[in-house]
Amino acid sequence: MASKLEERVTQIIVEKLGVNAEQVTPEASFIDDLGADSLDTVELIMAFEEEFKLDDIPEEEGEKLTSVGKVLEYLKSKGLDQE
Amino acid sequence: MGAYDFTGKVAIVTGAARGIGQAIALKLAEGGANLAICDLNAEWLEETKAKVEALGVKALPLAVDVGDGEQVAATIDAVVKAFGSIDIMVNNAGITKDGLLIRMSEADWDAVLRVNLKGVFLFTKAVARIMMKQRSGAIVNIASVVGIMGNPGQANYTASKGGVIALTKTTAKELGSRGIRCNAVAPGFISSKMTDVLSQEVRDKYMEQIPLRNFGTQRDVANAVAFLASSEASYVTGQVLSVNGGMI
Repeated sequence: MASKLEERVTQIIVEKLGVNAEQVTPEASFIDDLGADSLDTVELIMAFEEEFKLDDIPEEEGEKLTSVGKVLEYLKSKGLDQE
Repeated sequence: MGAYDFTGKVAIVTGAARGIGQAIALKLAEGGANLAICDLNAEWLEETKAKVEALGVKALPLAVDVGDGEQVAATIDAVVKAFGSIDIMVNNAGITKDGLLIRMSEADWDAVLRVNLKGVFLFTKAVARIMMKQRSGAIVNIASVVGIMGNPGQANYTASKGGVIALTKTTAKELGSRGIRCNAVAPGFISSKMTDVLSQEVRDKYMEQIPLRNFGTQRDVANAVAFLASSEASYVTGQVLSVNGGMI
């Protein structure tokens, strides 16, 4: 069953990229699988920052967040799966 | 009221203490925009602030060094906090440090590029985050006729203004899909304190190159900026509007 964190992340991706929730799997790459362009990926990061009240995610870290799984991993590393 | 309706819009103008920047701020204020006016020193902005407020809109004076990324980011934050959105960004701040290329110091090169080109980059980057979320925004950069033609004695200035034109086109292409437009105005010979001191001979020589046979006014530049910033220009992006009496 999807965790609360996964649900929130999925919802943001569905809203931003206009994809179905079923497409948002941990392996899914934003650009290759979910049809995002490079600006979309920047906007996604901005949306995650806002949703999870993170200070600016540094560019070099943000660039690495290319898939759903990598985002989840990153957010977990920030202690956001504790609720 | 001005020709363009900016009622309820929020505009930022850099280099707004005097000259063309002040004229732009007043033109947008006439249309009803609330203004964030920026310059190096907040005290210099008192005149513009008073004139903007006399038009019945709000003026927020902010001291900022446009070449400093942290200050620029803080400026954008302050504007959003005060006004809630940013609809129009006018990158007008600029300096000159003229001299022949072979004599130009690296310091003079760097100083001009830092303010005139890096400053536009920093403000565009910071404001783009806000405008992307809004899915709308208009950026107008002030270039120069010499950024297109070149001009002896202004290697740094002409290079910075040519750079502004290229940056304008790239910004338009990168952000167009998010409803953000970016254009440039390239003024020609504009009457100012700087040009008033030129000798009649020099003025005559410039005049020969101007088909309309007169120098432009700050108002002429502000009118072009207002058009590009307005919804009347909603299908115009990535363009350079020359305001030069026909020089080129």
